[in-house]
Amino acid sequence: MSDAHTAVHGGHHPVDPSVPVEYHHEENSLRIAGFWVFLGSDLVLFSCLFATYVVMHGRTAGGPTSNQLFDVTGFTIETIALLFSSFTCGLATYEMRRGNRNAMVMWLLITIALGLVFLGFEITEFVQDASSGARMQTSGFLSAFFTLVGTHGCHVSMGILWMSGVVVQLIRRGITPITARKAFIVSIYWHFLDAVWIFIFTVVYLTGKVL
Amino acid sequence: MHFFMLDEGPLIWTSDVLIILATIGIIAVLSYFKLWKWLWDNWLTTVDHKKIGIMYLIAAILMLFRGGTDGLLLRAQLSWPNMHFLNADHYDQIFTTHGTIMILFMAMPAIIGFFNVAVPLQIGCRDVAFPYLNAISFWLFFAAAMLFNLSFVVGGSPDGGWTSYTPYVENAFDPGPGENYFLVALQITGIGTIATGVNFLVTILRMRAPGMTLMRMPMFTWSVFITSIIIVFAFPVLTVALALLLIDRDFGSHFFTVSAGGMPMQYVNLFWIWGHPEVYIVILPAFGIFSEVFSTFSRKRLFGYSAMVVSMVAIAILSFVVWVHHFFTMGAGPGVNSFFGVSTMAIAIPTGVKVFNWLFTMHKGRLEYTTAMLWAVGFIPNFLIGGLTGVMLAVPPADYQYHNSYFLVSHFHYVLIGGTVFGVFAALYYWWPKMFGVLLNERLGKWHFWLFMIGFNICFFPMYFLGFMGMTRRVYTYPAGYGWGVINLIETFGALLMGIGFLVFAFNILWSARYGERDTTGDPWDARTLEWATTSPAPTYNFARIPEIKGRDAWWLMKKNGESINGPKDIPFEPIHMPNDSGRPIIMSLFFFIAGAGFVFEWWILAIIGLAGVLVTMALRSFEYDDHHYIPVEEIEKTEAAAGRL
Ligand SMILES: [Cu+2]
Repeated sequence: MSDAHTAVHGGHHPVDPSVPVEYHHEENSLRIAGFWVFLGSDLVLFSCLFATYVVMHGRTAGGPTSNQLFDVTGFTIETIALLFSSFTCGLATYEMRRGNRNAMVMWLLITIALGLVFLGFEITEFVQDASSGARMQTSGFLSAFFTLVGTHGCHVSMGILWMSGVVVQLIRRGITPITARKAFIVSIYWHFLDAVWIFIFTVVYLTGKVL
Repeated sequence: MHFFMLDEGPLIWTSDVLIILATIGIIAVLSYFKLWKWLWDNWLTTVDHKKIGIMYLIAAILMLFRGGTDGLLLRAQLSWPNMHFLNADHYDQIFTTHGTIMILFMAMPAIIGFFNVAVPLQIGCRDVAFPYLNAISFWLFFAAAMLFNLSFVVGGSPDGGWTSYTPYVENAFDPGPGENYFLVALQITGIGTIATGVNFLVTILRMRAPGMTLMRMPMFTWSVFITSIIIVFAFPVLTVALALLLIDRDFGSHFFTVSAGGMPMQYVNLFWIWGHPEVYIVILPAFGIFSEVFSTFSRKRLFGYSAMVVSMVAIAILSFVVWVHHFFTMGAGPGVNSFFGVSTMAIAIPTGVKVFNWLFTMHKGRLEYTTAMLWAVGFIPNFLIGGLTGVMLAVPPADYQYHNSYFLVSHFHYVLIGGTVFGVFAALYYWWPKMFGVLLNERLGKWHFWLFMIGFNICFFPMYFLGFMGMTRRVYTYPAGYGWGVINLIETFGALLMGIGFLVFAFNILWSARYGERDTTGDPWDARTLEWATTSPAPTYNFARIPEIKGRDAWWLMKKNGESINGPKDIPFEPIHMPNDSGRPIIMSLFFFIAGAGFVFEWWILAIIGLAGVLVTMALRSFEYDDHHYIPVEEIEKTEAAAGRL
C-alpha cells in the first residue's frame, strides 16, 4: 500500500522526491515528530532513574559495592555490541534512502543480532550477580542498579521485538513511505537507547569501578 | 473471605449492593433496548476526538460524584466532636480516595475532556494528530479509574493519603492490596496522560489551519499547548516514583526502606517534582477556559493576549522549581528553603498579570452574565483567596505554623475548586451546546452556581480559622472543648449545599436533554473562536473545507466580513480522509486492567497474561494497514446541506 494520505487536509498529496522517503507524507512527518516528543518524555524517565541511582550509589547496607560487583569484560562487550548495533542501524537507514531493500533488511537483522548479544551478556551479568547474593533485595544501591539498568534492558528488548516486526513488514511490502517511516522511527528509538547506554556506561559502570 | 471484605460492616455491604444493582440495571437497560451494538459502534470503538471528549467528561462527572460523596462522608465524620460515624481505618481510606480521585480521576479527565472537545475545532483541523492513540489514552484512564474504584469493595482502599509518603506505605507498615491499587491505577492512567500530552503537543504544533500562527491561537488552545509540555516532562517523574514504590512493595527492593539503605525522601522529592507541576496541569487549562468566557461575554477581544501567553510560559517554567515548598519542615536547611520560598512567591506575579488582564477584558465590555460567565467572575475572588494564602504558605518560617493544618487544606481547596472546578463548570455550560446541540438551562445553572459557590465558601473559609486554632489535617475525630465543633458543623452544612448544587446540575443535564433550547445556529453565544463556526454538534469531519485564518478571533473576523466557513461557493468539496474506528484500544486497556489486577494482588500469572495481551494488541496494530477511509463528496454535500451551509 503506497497510497498518499493525510489526516490533515484530506487531499491526495503528490510525492515530493526531494525529501527522504520516510517523510513522503504529511502523516509520516507528524508521527516522526510525535515520536521525538515521546523520546523527550522517556529521557525524563531515565533522568529520574539516574538521579535515584546516584543518590543510592553508596547505600550498600553491608552488601557488595559497585567496585566489587562490576565485571569489566562483561560491560565492555555489552558496550561494544550496542555501539556497533547503532552503527549498523544507521547503515540500514542509509540503504533505505538508496531504495535497497535487501541490504536494509540485512543491516536491520545484524542490528537485532547485536541487540541480542547485548541482552545475553546483560542477563548473564544479572544472573551471576543474583547468584552471588547481589540481588535487588540486598540494598538500596542494588535496587537502584537493577532498576536503572533493567529498565534500559527492557527498552532494548522492546526495540528488538519492534524491529523484528518492521523487518517482517519490509520483507512483505518492500520500502514504501509507510514501512520506511516505521523503520526510521524504530531506528531513532535504537539510537536513543544507545545514547542512554553511554550514560549508564559512564555513570554506572566506569564511575562505579573507580569510586 | 476478607478478599471481598464481607466482614467490613454496613458501609461496604451497602456499596456492594448498590454496585450490583447498578451493574444489573445497566446491563438490563442496554439489553432491553438492544443498545449493545449501538454502544460498541458509536462510542466504545470511536476515535473521534469529540466523542472521546464527551466520554472523558461523563467519566469525570461520575468521579466528581464519587469523590464528592467521599468528601461528604468525611465532613459528616468531622461535623461534631467525638463522632464515630466512620472508624479510623475507613476515614483514612476515604480521605485518600477523595484526594486521589478528585485530582487524577476527576480534574484530569475533565480538563483532558475539554482538550478533546475544543482544541481541534479551535485550530481548524479534523482530528488530533494521533486519533487511535487518543482512544487508547481515554481507555487507559477508564481502566485505571475502574481499577481504583474497585478497591473500595475488593481488597480494601489505599489509606496513605493521595501523596502516599514513604516509608508509611511500605509493606511493613501498610500490608495488603490497598496501596498497590493506588500505585497501579495511577501508573496506568499516567501512561495514558503522557500519550495525551504528546498527542496535543503535536496536534497544536503541526495541525493548525493555514494562517493560524501561534500568536493567533485562541487562549484555551495556548493553555492546552503549555499544559501538554508540562505533562510530557512532569508525568514521567510520577511514573518513576510509582514504579520504584511498587517494586519495593511487590518485589522487596529497598528504595525507600531505611534499614537496607533506602531513602524515603527520594520518593517525596520525585512525587512533588511531578506533583507541583500537576497543580498547573489542572489550573492552566482552566485559565484558558476563563479567557475564552471573559472575552466572549464581554464582547471584546482578550486584553493583553501576549502578556497572557508570556505569563503562562513563566508559570510553566516556575512550576518545575518550587516543589520543595511541600516539605519546608523536613530539614532541607535555610538556603534551600529560601530559594524554593522565593520561587514559589514569584508565581504570584504572572498569575497577577493574568487576573488584571481578565479584569481589563471586562472593563468597558458589554457584559452578559450567563452561567458560564458567572463561574468565570466567581472564580476571580475565590482563586485570589487561594492564591494569597498560597503566598502566605510560601514563607518558610510561617509554613512551620501552617504546615499540616486546616489552613493548608483550605488553601488548596480554594485553588483547586475555585480555579479548576469552577473552570470545569464554566466550560461545561459554555461548550455544552457545541457538544450536544442543546443548551443547558440558564435558570437551573444559576441555582447551581449560587448554591455551589456559597456552599463552597461556607465549607472552606472557616478552615483558615480552624487551622489557626490548631486543627491538623487527617485527624479522624477530636475531643470536645477545643472550640472546633461548631465551626466544623457549619462547614459540613456548606459541604451539603455544594452537594445540593451538584444535584441541581445533574437535574439540569436531564431537564435540558429533554426540554432544553436546541442550538440550531452552531453559535449560540455569538462567540469569537473557530469551534463556533461549525454546526452543533460538529460533523465527524469538523470542517467541510479547512478554513483560512486571517487573524485572532478567527470566527469573529469571518462574521464581521460576512464570510462563510465553507469559503466561496463555487469550489467543489474534496473527499475527506478519516481514521477508521477500532475496538483495539478498549481491548488493549482491558489487558492493562488485567495486568494491573495482577500487580495489585501479586498474582503473577494474571500480570503476565495482561502484559502479553498488551504486547499482542500493539503488534496487531503495527501490522494493520487498512486503517482509514474517505468520506465521499456526496456525503459531505448532504451533511452540509442538512446544516444549511451550502
Ligand atoms: Cu506546590
